[in-house]
Amino acid sequence: MSTTPPKPPGYQLPEEHYLNATYGIRSWLLTTDHKRIALLYLASVTFFFFIGGIFATMIRIHLLTPAGYLVTPETYNKLFTMHGVAMIFFFLIPSIPAVLGNFLIPLMIGAKDVAFPKLNLLSWYIYITGGCFVLYSFATGGLDTGWTFYTPLSSVYSNSAVTPAVIGIFINGFSSILTGLNFVVTIHTMRAPGMTWFRLPLFVWAQYSTSIIFILGTPVIAITLLLAGLERMFHLGFFNPALGGDPILFQHLFWFYSHPAVYIMILPAMGVISEIIPTFARKPIFGYTFIAASSIAIAVIGFFVWAHHMFLTGESTYAALAFSLLSYLVAIPSAVKVFNWTSTLYKGSISYDTPMLYALGFIGLFLIGGLTGLFLACLGLDIHIHDTYFVVAHFHYIMVGGAVMGYVGGLHFWWPKITGKLYPEFLARLAAVILFVGFNLTFFPQFILGYLGMPRRYHNYPPEFQVLNVMSTAGASILALGYLLPMIYLTWSMRYGKVAGRNPWPATGLEWTTASPPLTENFDVTPVVDWEPYDYKNRPDLGLQTPTAPTLAPAHGDD
Amino acid sequence: MQSQLPFYPDQASNFAPSVDSLMTFLILVSVFFSLAITAAIVIFFFKFHRKSKNEIGVPIHGDMRLEVLWIVVPAILSLAMFGWGAAVYVDFRHAPLDTLDIYVVGKQWMWKVQQPNGRREINELHVPVGRDVKLVLASEDVIHDFFVPAFRVKMDVVPGHYNTMWFRPTKAGHYEFFCSQYCGTNHAVMGGWVTVMEPSEYAAWLSGSTGGDANPVTTGEKLFAEKACSTCHLSNGTGRAPSLNGVYGGTVRLADGSTVTADEAYIRESILLSNAKIVAGYQPLMPSFQGQLTEEDIMSLTAYIKSLQSQPVPATGAGVIAPGKK
Ligand code: HEM
Ligand SMILES: [Cu+2]
Ligand SMILES: [Cu+2]
Repeated sequence: MSTTPPKPPGYQLPEEHYLNATYGIRSWLLTTDHKRIALLYLASVTFFFFIGGIFATMIRIHLLTPAGYLVTPETYNKLFTMHGVAMIFFFLIPSIPAVLGNFLIPLMIGAKDVAFPKLNLLSWYIYITGGCFVLYSFATGGLDTGWTFYTPLSSVYSNSAVTPAVIGIFINGFSSILTGLNFVVTIHTMRAPGMTWFRLPLFVWAQYSTSIIFILGTPVIAITLLLAGLERMFHLGFFNPALGGDPILFQHLFWFYSHPAVYIMILPAMGVISEIIPTFARKPIFGYTFIAASSIAIAVIGFFVWAHHMFLTGESTYAALAFSLLSYLVAIPSAVKVFNWTSTLYKGSISYDTPMLYALGFIGLFLIGGLTGLFLACLGLDIHIHDTYFVVAHFHYIMVGGAVMGYVGGLHFWWPKITGKLYPEFLARLAAVILFVGFNLTFFPQFILGYLGMPRRYHNYPPEFQVLNVMSTAGASILALGYLLPMIYLTWSMRYGKVAGRNPWPATGLEWTTASPPLTENFDVTPVVDWEPYDYKNRPDLGLQTPTAPTLAPAHGDD
Repeated sequence: MQSQLPFYPDQASNFAPSVDSLMTFLILVSVFFSLAITAAIVIFFFKFHRKSKNEIGVPIHGDMRLEVLWIVVPAILSLAMFGWGAAVYVDFRHAPLDTLDIYVVGKQWMWKVQQPNGRREINELHVPVGRDVKLVLASEDVIHDFFVPAFRVKMDVVPGHYNTMWFRPTKAGHYEFFCSQYCGTNHAVMGGWVTVMEPSEYAAWLSGSTGGDANPVTTGEKLFAEKACSTCHLSNGTGRAPSLNGVYGGTVRLADGSTVTADEAYIRESILLSNAKIVAGYQPLMPSFQGQLTEEDIMSLTAYIKSLQSQPVPATGAGVIAPGKK
């Protein structure tokens, strides 16, 4: 079934590692091991992805016919709202940082754990508490405000369970803030000897930038939603014009966080891609400093473009001009990354391993997502395409085509490290291709729908839009298959997969120099770094292109 | 109809060709970059495919000239997109002076339209071809958005604010409009049709049946008396409040020395938040009418005040320092 070359018999799981160090439910629920916490997050974000996915499936089935096929308008509105809330706040924002970031940052910098292990566990409990409130809202009446919670619809007019949802997202925000804080302190203070800033893997740079946004941005969304909740519960007039409030103020506050939040979602994925590409091209990444600096630039400039979501609210023309110009500015660092990744392939030794397929797919999809961002940032064009399916297509290209592809690619890349096992390679490649095809079929037609004038959040539509909608739904069913496959074979591989060994690819990062799965303390002895990142040439320990290396598989580290 | 989907919708306003040209420009730039990057990836992928198990790539760390190139070229292209887009947008946000003004009120989940002569429509909008039309948009509840794809225009309709948008229909016909800001349960059915007519047909349609709808100017004049506005705002300028003759479209000097242009939003604010801006030389005496007037009342009052634009401005006691052009 698998096309992975057979491993020599020498590969065995280490006697003791973080997964078998202790047993029992308590040992998981009270763990302070960053690796176990990462797995707690893995389970919980997967759960929310599932919930969000079910809502999405129902949305696409409903849109098969112009009149709407499945549900009432009320229910339809709840479906897209709950889809957005589950996917954005409870899946995509925590996904890469809390799962891969938690697992990898200490390993990548040569530390035993994060700086504040108990706080790390607390973050997970806060996330779960917030999640419970939101699930309570979904179960008792649902939520129909749109994930954007625009006032006064959310704070006065909606009849759905807005209050628990707002409380849930408010609480969940503290989880992000604590995670961000933990990462920043960890990266600053716990790097192993020799791990200078410019030897950090680019994944760590990306997590660092993301953490800054977590810390600076999240308090704003928390307080904004709290104000909307207070307005709803106690009839205070912050945003309700009937009480002297201003509904546009809400949008400013909302997007002040939520635009940077889109970078919370994509930056970590860019970090993943920056790890995968040099590994499977077996050469240093092209323009390391430019990729690292562009992460920081995106995090900083990303705070100054929020009002590009509001060009047609009646904001002043001058504000619109400034925010449009700044939006173009933030696109440039993203472009720089794409060019550097592509150039890294030049004269590489490129393999077709699954993570690489995800990485290359990511570049293509992110490219389309980013380029269509330029359309939306273009003032004259936004008059027409704002709030249409064009926007829906744009952000799905970025968030699903980009961020989720990065996340799934990263899971495949580090799966051997996380579980010590290999997944079936052929199935995994197949799933990557299915995802790519299904994704494009689902979302490309939505660009055209948008330009033709189909507004977003519509439970019915004029009949001439049916063909494109049916295409989109057909694509979605392929996409669903593409997600189910990895869920199945990755779970399967935890038990039945081949033993991976320390460094199956082989890759150059510190995390690959320790056992798979790692020990609870990560490393036997504190590692000392004396090599540059992604340097294959001066790493005889990887066993590549040195005449004495075994021909079948890479050798272990030289410990 | 379904089988021959065009990629651009009907072009039926002055903005449609400009927006479509912008779109074409951005598509061309995007297609160029997408193809270039995709081609590079595919070529490298096959050309530099791993030949032997233990092979490594050629270590290349970067190239400063390339970095500069791919920062500068996208920056220049971005500036072009920005500038061109800005030009179209600024045009859209600044209505010409002599427009046909139509009042549009959005509420969950219908559109109420009032033509200049008072004729009312619901979920319909009739406009003449070739004339600059300005829609004055108000909402009675949540945020809506008036979107006409064939005109390539939209604008949010925000409670507590007046937004305006303008366009010049260029082709007679029937075009669908939508609410494009999510506004609750029936958001998706909150739409209707714009009928663009030849000017003569439009004039005939307009006078055809006012169906007993009062002219907004007359209604506004009545309200002006009922709400006792007229007791202070005497037209000869001798009242406790400035004369409103010639105010609309003109420049007003405020107590703090600044000046404002008296547009719909200023008039609305002066009625509802009467003490927000005080005309130079007057006391903040005026009561607030917040909560006492419906959006449509305010629109009628505004229509009445607009009709005073052509009345003689008194030498003293005028609200306006430089009357707007008629
Ligand atoms: C190349 C840089 C980008 C530019 C210039 C850009 C521009 C824009 C603009 C102007 C809008 C508002 C469109 C409208 O409402 O009319 C928008 C919407 C959006 N963008 Fe981007 N974008 C970029 C990258 C991203 C990234 C990296 C993400 C996410 C990871 C993202 C996610 C979103 C989302 C979620 C929305 C829609 C929000 C909503 O209304 O629900 N964008 N983008
Ligand atoms: Cu944004
Ligand atoms: Cu609506």
